[in-house]
Amino acid sequence: MSSAYVQLVDIAKHFGPVKALDGLTLDISKGEFVALLGPSGCGKTTALRALAGLQELDRGQIIVDGKDITYTAPNKRNMGMVFQAYSLFPHMTARENVEYGLKLKAHKTASDKRADRSGELLELVGLSTHSNHYPHQMSGGQQQRIALARALAISPQVLLLDEPLSALDAKVRTQLRDEIRRIQLELGTTTLFVTHDQEEALGIADRVGVMRNGLLEQIASPAELYDRPATSFVAEFVGLTNQVKVKVSNGKFSAFGTELSTLPGSITSGEGVALIRPESLTVKASKSGDGRVVATSFLGSICRVMVNLPDGSRINAQMESQDASGLLPGTAVDVSADKFAVFVK
Amino acid sequence: MKPTWKVKLWRYTIIGIVGFYLLLPLYSMMDFSTKPFAFFQKGRTLDAWKVIPSQPDLAIAVFRSLITAVIVMFLILVLIVPTVVWVHLKLPKLKRLVELICLIPLAIPAIVIVVGIAPLYRWISINITESPISLSLVYSMLILPYTYRALSAALDAADIHTLAEAARTLGASTTRMMAGVIMPTLRTGILNGSFIAIALVLGEFTISNLLNYKTFQVVIAQIGRTSGNVAVAVSLASILFVLILLLAIPQKKRQKEVLDVDVA
Repeated sequence: MSSAYVQLVDIAKHFGPVKALDGLTLDISKGEFVALLGPSGCGKTTALRALAGLQELDRGQIIVDGKDITYTAPNKRNMGMVFQAYSLFPHMTARENVEYGLKLKAHKTASDKRADRSGELLELVGLSTHSNHYPHQMSGGQQQRIALARALAISPQVLLLDEPLSALDAKVRTQLRDEIRRIQLELGTTTLFVTHDQEEALGIADRVGVMRNGLLEQIASPAELYDRPATSFVAEFVGLTNQVKVKVSNGKFSAFGTELSTLPGSITSGEGVALIRPESLTVKASKSGDGRVVATSFLGSICRVMVNLPDGSRINAQMESQDASGLLPGTAVDVSADKFAVFVK
Repeated sequence: MKPTWKVKLWRYTIIGIVGFYLLLPLYSMMDFSTKPFAFFQKGRTLDAWKVIPSQPDLAIAVFRSLITAVIVMFLILVLIVPTVVWVHLKLPKLKRLVELICLIPLAIPAIVIVVGIAPLYRWISINITESPISLSLVYSMLILPYTYRALSAALDAADIHTLAEAARTLGASTTRMMAGVIMPTLRTGILNGSFIAIALVLGEFTISNLLNYKTFQVVIAQIGRTSGNVAVAVSLASILFVLILLLAIPQKKRQKEVLDVDVA
């Protein structure tokens, strides 16, 4: 028997001819933070909604803490959910919103205990001073914090986050992302987070699952997902890659003057396309170099350099800004690659 | 940017014209209802207004119409609101069909409706009740185009789908979700729809008259046959009453908003 706290077993959901979920299986341990990442229509939100009970399934089983909840109504599941759209009840203050779930369990939660709990959670999300504000008096970020407090107030078995940051501006998004992680670690709530933003997923989760066509392509820690993608889709979807034509023999190939090895799942021999990360490439000014700098983009401590190669292809290299300072457009350069295992499709 | 004097002048001119157009009939009614009964007498008199309370059937007709309006409001709350919400939440594909059905009462003339429902009302008056309050059934159908629009607009504005799902995941049953989240969120829409319905019910004449029920408007028409001044005075009073009711909605909303800002 699996030790997983949450188990999605072979779940499937079709919308007409569209397969939103096509036999997805996913295990989440207690207290773990798992992010589901994927392009639109890959089925990540459907999976989350199925766990919340908001989406009926065609097939499969959902087990939480050893109990089969596949057919349990959403109001009996004890899941806290934060939605992409602002979902605070507009006629209630922040405090009333947080207390709503507790009130529904009125016989269990006396009003003074309710007030204590909501106060506690408002403090946790840093909005104690806004307890009497109505949703329309708060910013988007504040509303999502209150929504988070509301979802956590009922001490959910699983916290479900359905792209809660996507409606916010960049700065607030990063702040709230870090805060979600802090709170999750503090409370130890098992969390499933759905997003299409890889930076968000990689920056926050214990494990990230990349989905495509209703199935998991790979689930692994952010570092493993990035460094050792299992499929070409994962390699291309997570992070930036350069596509370089190579000739592979016995799991080895040569690119930019370096002999590189292939990752498991790659082709083992013949012609293929290597997916090389920009940070694995180094660009150096050299009079005899056959590459030409097209443009550079300054990104703070790092800099991205776009180089045209003699065969007409174009690559992106990422390096420390100080190393790229002399690389003006038109500069002749040499490109070299670090010795990393690379996925070749 | 402050509007220039030309823009201001233009605005006030338009407001003036519209105000004149709307208020002129009311002024004329007031003028007519305060004229002496005898055409050769001069000056002003409130005689027509003074005899209103002593008009036979009037008080009871007003009472009946108000009760009918209250029942219609009740039907809106228990029948129409849940239906419209359910269609929006669970059967969005039926939205257009329901909208079309709700518009039918606008397209069919009242006389046609009466011909259609007369046998039913004959049966009702023989077997159930002769009370004009049973008119609330046909009225709740007549007000559909207006209440549906008001509710539908409120539903579209509030992202009711997400709110309903949020309430469900927090542990609310369907009934508690409707009562605790959906209804309060749609409060303004429901109020708007209900007040339009009240105005319509209090002003309806054709159907109640053709079905031989003595409602407020039917009695006004009766009074009109004996004394024009009194009928006009009663009409004006009823218009003012409904006007005050209608004005009460935005007033209430505005007060709440001011209150909210104060809290901030």
